[in-house]
Amino acid sequence: MSETTYTPESGDVEALEFHVTEDHHPETGTLLGFWLYLMSDCLIFACLFATYGVLGRSYAGGPTGAELFDLPLVAINTSFLLLSSITYGFAMLETQRKRVGATIGWLAVTGLLGVAFLGLELYEFAHLLNEGAGPQRSAFLTSFFALVGTHGLHVLFGIIWLVVLVVQLRKHGLIVENQRRLFCLSMFWHFLDVVWIGVFTFVYLMGVLP
Amino acid sequence: MSDHHDAAHDDVLPDAPHSTFKGYMTGFVLAVVLTVIPFWVVMADVFESTGVTALVILSLAAVQIVVHMIYFLHMNFRSQGGWNMLALIFTAVIVFITLAGSLWVMYHLNVNMMPGMMQDPWG
Repeated sequence: MSETTYTPESGDVEALEFHVTEDHHPETGTLLGFWLYLMSDCLIFACLFATYGVLGRSYAGGPTGAELFDLPLVAINTSFLLLSSITYGFAMLETQRKRVGATIGWLAVTGLLGVAFLGLELYEFAHLLNEGAGPQRSAFLTSFFALVGTHGLHVLFGIIWLVVLVVQLRKHGLIVENQRRLFCLSMFWHFLDVVWIGVFTFVYLMGVLP
Repeated sequence: MSDHHDAAHDDVLPDAPHSTFKGYMTGFVLAVVLTVIPFWVVMADVFESTGVTALVILSLAAVQIVVHMIYFLHMNFRSQGGWNMLALIFTAVIVFITLAGSLWVMYHLNVNMMPGMMQDPWG
């Protein structure tokens, strides 16, 4: 055992380097770190989806998804979010071209589409509450409001982040820090669109099936 | 930092994937098609069987998620030395276990433990 014990000597210091120097090493850990955050967020949504999957047909004698869901409204909402994804993409393209004004312009369009999405969702929620189909009505509605509400909250915080970022861009321009923030928000925004695919498929479209 | 880069590239975020207009538009067109089809399938009652409809829209959703991952989130095996993809695959496994496991267990509890079907061991 004692033979394998390593005792560094003055000339051996270089042998202690464990990281292979030619190995590619990410220079901005933030992007990877933010991706890991998104993946953990994904697990929150997985739990909410699983809850909805288990409770989504427990109506407790109350209204069913087929009676409550307004698919044309959901289709409009989906298109808002999808359009906001591509307009954010355009903002990133303008960032690559180093055009601050155009970047802010596309971000503004993205933000407005996000606000429109939230507005329609709140209108839908208000409509449900007016019909007495609030989260306290049945297990189905509890899990519905938990899942769709959590997604809506994410969109709300995305919009707040977007507004703050526009202020930063106006103040400092496209510096590296702002590019990093823009890129993180782009991942966040596209991630929300991915979650929405699950919501409109699993909750709304499958909810109206008999 | 500066010895890794030319002076001209100092103001560009390293490691950020390069986006193209063509990439975003391809993703957008595919996403629109993959969104319109499931809405049409459900709203126009294309299939008689609920099971077939559910299977079709769930498969289309899975394809659309992959499209978004590739064209909007720029997922590949190279970014961040592959750690992005590794985290994604790990998450996908956990998500699958969470969803499939919950549905499986709770379905069987519902089917086998309804009050009428419980057998009283002392009765």
